[in-house]
Amino acid sequence: MRKAAWTVTAWAVGIVFVFPVLWMVLTGFKREQDAASNPPAWLFHPTLDQYRQIFGRNVTPYLLNSLMASGFSTLLVLVLATPAAYALSMRPVGKWRDALFFFISTKMLPAVAALLPIYLVVKQLGMLDNIWTMVILYTAMNLPLAVWMMRSFLLEVPRSVVEAAAVDGAGLGLTIRKVIGPIVSPGIAATALICFIFAWNEFFFAVNLTATRSGTAPIFLVGFISSEGLFLARLCAAATLVSLPVLLAGWLAQNKLVRGLSMGAVK
Amino acid sequence: MTQAIATGAAPAGARAVTQPKRADARDRWARRLPLLPALIFAIIVTQVPFLVTLYLSTLGWNALRPGERHFVGLANYASVLTDARLRAALVNTIVLTAGAVLVSLLLGLGLAVLLDRRFPGRSVVRTLLITPFLVMPMAAALLWKHAIYNPAYGLINGLLGGHTDWVSSYPMVAVVATLVWQWTPFMMLILLAGLQSQSEEVLEAARVDGASARQVFTHMTLPHLRQYLELGALLGSIYLVQTFDAVFTITQGGPGTATTNLPYEIYLTTFRKFEYGEAAAAGVVVVIGTIVVATFALRVISSLFRMEEGR
Amino acid sequence: MRKMGRRRRSAPALAFLAGAATVALALSGCSGAGDTGSGSGSDKTITALMVGNPQMEDIAKLTADNFTKQTGITVKFTILPENELRDKVTQDVATQGGQYDVATIGAYEVPIWAKNGWLHELSSYADSDSGYDKGDLLDPMVKSLSGEDGKMYAAPFYGESSFLMYNKDIFAAKGLTMPERPTWQQVADLAAKAEDKTAGVAGICLRGLPGWGEMFAPLTTVVNTFGGTWFDKDWTPKVNAPEFTDAVKFYVDLIRQHGESGASQAGFTECLNTFGQGKAAMWYDATSAAGTLEDPNASKVAGKVGYVYAPVVKTKSSGWLWAWAWAMPKTTKKADAAWKFISWATSKDYEKLVGEKLGWSRVPAGKRKSTYDIPQYTDSAKAFSDVTLKAIEEADPVNPGVQPRPTVGVQFVDIPEFADLGTKVSQDVAACIANGTPVDQALANGQKLAEDVAKKYRK
Repeated sequence: MRKAAWTVTAWAVGIVFVFPVLWMVLTGFKREQDAASNPPAWLFHPTLDQYRQIFGRNVTPYLLNSLMASGFSTLLVLVLATPAAYALSMRPVGKWRDALFFFISTKMLPAVAALLPIYLVVKQLGMLDNIWTMVILYTAMNLPLAVWMMRSFLLEVPRSVVEAAAVDGAGLGLTIRKVIGPIVSPGIAATALICFIFAWNEFFFAVNLTATRSGTAPIFLVGFISSEGLFLARLCAAATLVSLPVLLAGWLAQNKLVRGLSMGAVK
Repeated sequence: MTQAIATGAAPAGARAVTQPKRADARDRWARRLPLLPALIFAIIVTQVPFLVTLYLSTLGWNALRPGERHFVGLANYASVLTDARLRAALVNTIVLTAGAVLVSLLLGLGLAVLLDRRFPGRSVVRTLLITPFLVMPMAAALLWKHAIYNPAYGLINGLLGGHTDWVSSYPMVAVVATLVWQWTPFMMLILLAGLQSQSEEVLEAARVDGASARQVFTHMTLPHLRQYLELGALLGSIYLVQTFDAVFTITQGGPGTATTNLPYEIYLTTFRKFEYGEAAAAGVVVVIGTIVVATFALRVISSLFRMEEGR
Repeated sequence: MRKMGRRRRSAPALAFLAGAATVALALSGCSGAGDTGSGSGSDKTITALMVGNPQMEDIAKLTADNFTKQTGITVKFTILPENELRDKVTQDVATQGGQYDVATIGAYEVPIWAKNGWLHELSSYADSDSGYDKGDLLDPMVKSLSGEDGKMYAAPFYGESSFLMYNKDIFAAKGLTMPERPTWQQVADLAAKAEDKTAGVAGICLRGLPGWGEMFAPLTTVVNTFGGTWFDKDWTPKVNAPEFTDAVKFYVDLIRQHGESGASQAGFTECLNTFGQGKAAMWYDATSAAGTLEDPNASKVAGKVGYVYAPVVKTKSSGWLWAWAWAMPKTTKKADAAWKFISWATSKDYEKLVGEKLGWSRVPAGKRKSTYDIPQYTDSAKAFSDVTLKAIEEADPVNPGVQPRPTVGVQFVDIPEFADLGTKVSQDVAACIANGTPVDQALANGQKLAEDVAKKYRK
């Protein structure tokens, strides 16, 4: 009986939380008039008009730009953060506390205040509307979190195991591949996923630093807001579309995410 | 396992002391080397803009009046520090951040407890629950503003009836609710990880000893979760204090300045007044303020540091 | 040890050097026009930034098959909402970012930017291009898109004034009649009689969304006709003057008593929806709303809307004047190609193309006299085309109120500071609408802000 109540509660809460997203998906299949009807239309003739409009605007370059910016920045973050995390955990530098605090503190600077100088510097370097600018900025944006997370995961690697491997004559490369790698791989996956999500969803820098060539998915999304006409249905369709890649990735990798966030302790 | 980890961070430094000086120095360099690329990258990408901000903050520069850029010393700081709007924005920032972090932590805790048990369809429910975190924040803000809060055709009034204008009547609540919806799943994931890292045997032993479920939760689970709660609060604050998309989209800082937080106020100075010097000065003031707050936050972080060393 | 010590410092030193170099690079030439963004590609590709209005979406659809086919020039569009567009394009031209070859900008920006030397003048192109027929452009449009030197700096894409729309069904059901040139007092009385709170029908829909271009577009026209002004001829701020106060009080009271719910979040779009769903008896707003309202696919009141002139008090007319116009930033390196696009987009032929391909109600009108001679257009816009044309012709950007003004603009004051001033005051007025805080207090604040602005101009 209690289990039944538990199940019902959990399902109810789950549905409440997902409902706005469900509504968004539904609205994307409505006509504009139905989307803006009062009271909200629960029954309607589904239409693909909105999606037709979206693909009529050629969404592909935006998605590719987002994929590039998110993918490369995530890769770069991992390449930079993993050794740094190693130097802050397994074989720590003397002032690892200060170094770690420095990384975290860079995350505390308000992005809005940084935009103006970044814009001016980027403009001076001739790097406006360039996807590599976004790669670099997203890397900087996600680096602190990645260092922090990777450090936690590396701390979970039993030192004795590493030392045992060294005694057995395994080189550093082999140790990393055979000993450390398997233990921290869910952590790497979780870090990569979170960095990818934050980069994919970033709007503020993208809207101010890109133009026609390297606009990312959120820029495409807001292009459907109109100050002279109805737009809710097509906006919802566009929102569904641009959120889809991250939604799928998140759903598929959620086990890794929970395992990764539990810092290797669940085993 | 616990034993093995205990030999982790702290003793490594201690052992180094016993080695010869030269090897010691070389060892320190070997330790530092992996850190350097990330450190240099972070310094260049984050500190260069800060230096530029410092420089800009000494200029009287309105971008809308070309050719009038000149050095004004600390005048921008004077006008920023005497600006009542900035103080109001500070209060709003605190209310917004604290509100969103606390509520999403509490809800996240509830959800994590809910999901920690086995029940039919648990993985499906978990999938449903993490969905809001994955939706693009800009999309989420637009969705809530237009499809949910809208007084004429929004979902809330559609379900409850009435013509309440949620965004103008309860602007701060409207923004916080949107953020809570997005961040609760994140908190839940962290806390769920915490719950699942509890030793099942210890809990079982407590139950056998006759502890009630409530006692087990308050005396064992909560203390165990403390670190995870702190981690969630820290990460949540770092991200939520910078909330911009939601304010920009849902309320435009209003009505009046009821939801204008610091990022949005700086945005207004940069993009509506185009007072670049003043905006830069406001940015510097906020950074200094953040560093002060961060020093306090360091205590939280330190306890997290200790936790890792102590294990 | 010492050697090590030196090496130890070298990493931060290196980072600092790299940082310093970047800063030096950044500061050395902040004023120089960088070669960026649009610099790539040949003359055959231009980049365009435009606001996400239906007319712009139409041009995005039509460009490839028509303009590009005729000229071989590809146009890459970025579409942004109005707020983001304004912020971004202003920053781009102000800092010579050079990311765009053409952009849609409003009547407010053009004279200011022209004065700052940010825009490429278009008169020399337009005058020498006989097919373009510059003389056909409506006079108030050209006037409001020209700089102090009399040259045209942007070409109007579509223009609008403001008028009062009313739902004929509701008026008939309640036995009400609408005068052709109503006064605001008549409108308030009609709103009281026409509203139906139980059915959720507001007496009138008015913008309450903060923003100088949102709420203060209609509200400044109300202020004008009440005899108020933001500034008088010698830049004395008049925001807390009795006329200004009366106008704002009237506007706020009208919304609070007979306006739409959620008024402080309602801009053009929200009102369009409210009125288009038949949930308001009247709506005072842009003439460009009519096109959408008469489209049965987008509105439930098509064919049921009456259009009359903007309500007045002390002035003879009070409609505003606005245009979305195509301009090219001075930084463009493809001015010839950009003009080809601008002239195509604002030509008579383009209007015909839209009419034939997409429907006559979607023609970007309100800029050319000849538009109102096209039978198919006047046929499709029967209900509102006369009132629209006359409203535009009657609007006087130089002298919109009862007193002389220091600068141009009907529903705005054409100085760079007005965007900030208008937006901040509108936030306070929105609070009056939402919570009933006193108007006097909001305007006392506004007066202070206006005084700060006026200091720079008063001699």
